Amino acid sequence: MTEKVTKRYEVSGADFTHAGEASGKVKALLKQIGYSPDAIRRVAIAMYEGEINMVIHANGGYVLAEIYPDRIDILLEDTGPGIADIGLAMQEGYSTAPDEVRSLGFGAGMGLANMKRYTDAMRIESEIGVGTKVYITVKS
Amino acid sequence: MLYWLYNNGNEGKAAMQLKKIIEILKADVIFCENEEIEILTACGSDMMSDALAYVKDRAMLLTGLVNPQTVRTAEMLDMPAVVFVRGKVPGEDIVGLAKAKGIALISTRYRMFTACGRLYAQGLGGGTDDI
Repeated sequence: MTEKVTKRYEVSGADFTHAGEASGKVKALLKQIGYSPDAIRRVAIAMYEGEINMVIHANGGYVLAEIYPDRIDILLEDTGPGIADIGLAMQEGYSTAPDEVRSLGFGAGMGLANMKRYTDAMRIESEIGVGTKVYITVKS
Repeated sequence: MLYWLYNNGNEGKAAMQLKKIIEILKADVIFCENEEIEILTACGSDMMSDALAYVKDRAMLLTGLVNPQTVRTAEMLDMPAVVFVRGKVPGEDIVGLAKAKGIALISTRYRMFTACGRLYAQGLGGGTDDI
């Protein structure tokens, strides 16, 4: 590829069942483009965690994926309650998710930490009562 | 919630064909396109974020969690198979998703610890022990 590819995906907050669909689509697209398996895997995991967070905490949102020859930039934006203490939220094991989310296999306080673990850059902008933007970059 | 199948990394451990795993776990096959596929390592967890955090090699997931996110997690991690423990059987929506993604699903009556232990004892490892 020589030009940037931009894709936007809506993430429904209504149904936990469909969380991850956008990540699956980005993963398939990157495979088609011919990205390295390692980069694809890292993007897929980080974006998936972001999608799950949107569904659990923010009643959905959207994902904007910008695919360049040498990197993938992803923005996950929601209009949820916002994150009061980003430093605390980044700590492994810290979670504000309700118990029913844990019974679904998430809410262990690993989401944001996993996103950081698998990406080359990550930035969070959040305002209480307004929403959250998470920017991640994975280099090819 | 997380039971790793390693002792000293993957030392002395080898890949195992899915058909041997099915035999060892006395498992029922729910969906499988190719029982001869090689499984390199395994991870047992009911928490998907733990699997997403620690699984590094092409691996198989053992879990007691039965919902579509089990299959989604396997998809993101390039896992070729998921084993449901404690005799759990997924619903049609989950099976449909697995078919669409080409991920094998099997179900064993063994509990998590026993299922992991039987596979480990027969030579399947847990990959790296780095956290």
